Amino acid sequence: MSEFATFFTNTLSLAVPLVLAGFGGLLSERSGVMNIALEGKLLVGACAAAVVGALTGNPYLGMVAALVASTVLSLAHAELTQRYRMDHIVAGMALNLIAIGATNYVSKLEQFSQTLSGVVRVPQAVLASIIVVLIAVVMAVILRGRGGLHLWAVGEDPVKARLVGLNPVAIRYLALLGTGLFCGLGGTWIMANASGFTDGMTAGRGFIALAALVLVGWRPLPLLAACLVFGAVQSLQLVFQGVPIMGTVWPSEVWAAMPYAVTLLALAGFAGSTKPPAGLGVQ
Amino acid sequence: MKHFLKPGLWGFGTVATLAFGLAIACSPSAPATSEGTSTTGEGTAPKKQITVGIVFDKGGRGDKSFNDSAYRGIERAEKEFGIKVNAVDSRTDADYETNITSQAERGADLVIAVGFGMLTAAIQVAPQFPDTKFALIDAVAEPSNVRSILFKEHEGSFLVGYIAGRTSKTKKVGFVGGKPGDLITKFYAGFVAGVKEAGTGTEVLPPKYTQDWDNVDVAKAAANVLYGQGADIIYHAAGRAGLGVFEAAKEQNKYAIGVDSDQDDIAPGRIVTSMVKRVDEAVYQTIKDVVEGKFSGGTKVYDLASGGVGTTDFRNAKELVTDAIKADLDKVAERIKSGDIVVPEK
Repeated sequence: MSEFATFFTNTLSLAVPLVLAGFGGLLSERSGVMNIALEGKLLVGACAAAVVGALTGNPYLGMVAALVASTVLSLAHAELTQRYRMDHIVAGMALNLIAIGATNYVSKLEQFSQTLSGVVRVPQAVLASIIVVLIAVVMAVILRGRGGLHLWAVGEDPVKARLVGLNPVAIRYLALLGTGLFCGLGGTWIMANASGFTDGMTAGRGFIALAALVLVGWRPLPLLAACLVFGAVQSLQLVFQGVPIMGTVWPSEVWAAMPYAVTLLALAGFAGSTKPPAGLGVQ
Repeated sequence: MKHFLKPGLWGFGTVATLAFGLAIACSPSAPATSEGTSTTGEGTAPKKQITVGIVFDKGGRGDKSFNDSAYRGIERAEKEFGIKVNAVDSRTDADYETNITSQAERGADLVIAVGFGMLTAAIQVAPQFPDTKFALIDAVAEPSNVRSILFKEHEGSFLVGYIAGRTSKTKKVGFVGGKPGDLITKFYAGFVAGVKEAGTGTEVLPPKYTQDWDNVDVAKAAANVLYGQGADIIYHAAGRAGLGVFEAAKEQNKYAIGVDSDQDDIAPGRIVTSMVKRVDEAVYQTIKDVVEGKFSGGTKVYDLASGGVGTTDFRNAKELVTDAIKADLDKVAERIKSGDIVVPEK
């Protein structure tokens, strides 16, 4: 591969999970549901894609399983926060714990651990097309559509939204359904790059996506930009790591911090003052 | 009445129970099969059954590497001595102390802490349980009831470096490490020295670190970069994340070298060899010493001479590693054992 091709593939593989988790988070947080469970939803998606893909030999069934698994977790999130009025942070933490435990348990069952090496993958081109279309649609809806306004309204002030005839609970269920689909797709993408499921392979990327979302002030375009910048810098720092620059080899920790630093600085430039959805986390 | 049900509390209760139930159900990773196995001594009065607690680090079982190797040692000892095993996985650094303490409290005769990350935890916990024996892998802890188990990874890395130097066609090889530090530096330093020893003028490209033991994607991206710069063999010391290096090797038809466990079969034909660290042997011997009443604290070093580190048999890279290279490798190994070659640690 040429250097540019390497850079491009690396950037994609590193940025796309962030983009997907980020958009999943966008839907949920715009509707007013604080979402720290993106990590768990990604993880469950990846595990389901690996297990079902390997068992059936069909990567698309794996993808469907990933979408279902993440969505189930996400709807549980809606159930807990909307029906049972549970604290959003506590619910998110619980779901993350369940995801870690469940994926660890399932992937180590005897009957699965053998087959997992025969993992099958959805071609990245196919996934990429689905992702591009989905993100375009969500962006259009959020920025221009009536759905976006509804989402915004229930996220800002669910009580007033109800007064004008919206059903905040129903809209939040829908939003979390969307979160599940995005995270399931994210899990599928991660598995489309790997040869098998390993514990904790999402490696905190759900949380990085959430941080990006907060930093960009819950806006879709800057979110997309932030995730792509992060992926690009991360892939670039791998090129320069260990190479002497100005006569010294910089510690690899400096390079590892680079994606975070650059993304922060880049955002500081145009993010301006941001305001969270007023109803975020409000019951 | 809706108010009577207090939905908030119900929800919390349900989730908390679920979460804790799962956490408890999932964390002890040893199946209960070992329960009830009796001592092997036939005819003699039944000895007290030895209980061994093992705490895996964040890499956890299923890393096809370090932790799995430790588990193999446990399994072997379980079969041979009929010991009782309690195994626990750790999720975060914060779990180490809790897990080690709980193993000791549950009455384990020997608690094995797998991984240098547990050093602080071992130092904290061991003095509180003077009658319990501890074993710590990859780090040295002072308390007298702790046996610190070290490996000369640099010697094994030297050998795989030698192989890489001899077999690289592009005369460029690479290294992908996990979190940089004294331990991973040993792997890198040994590898570089080994490549040099091959005398083929092969260059080691600047090392890449993932800063992480989990993120397969970053390790794969790092490997892509190194292969892109002309390397045809990459040695990884990045735990579970290193599986990404094999993935890149498969996609680009290049080669990789595995670490800790025999990883040769993970990507058949793409993995030249693995730097095998016999954690299983060390774990087995430690348990054996406890069973035979010969356990002692202090530091025990497993090196090339004692069979603690080494390479695999190159079964998936026969066309690459010729008999002549193997013969030369044996000579190099002999010189390390005799002290003729001193492999640098950093």
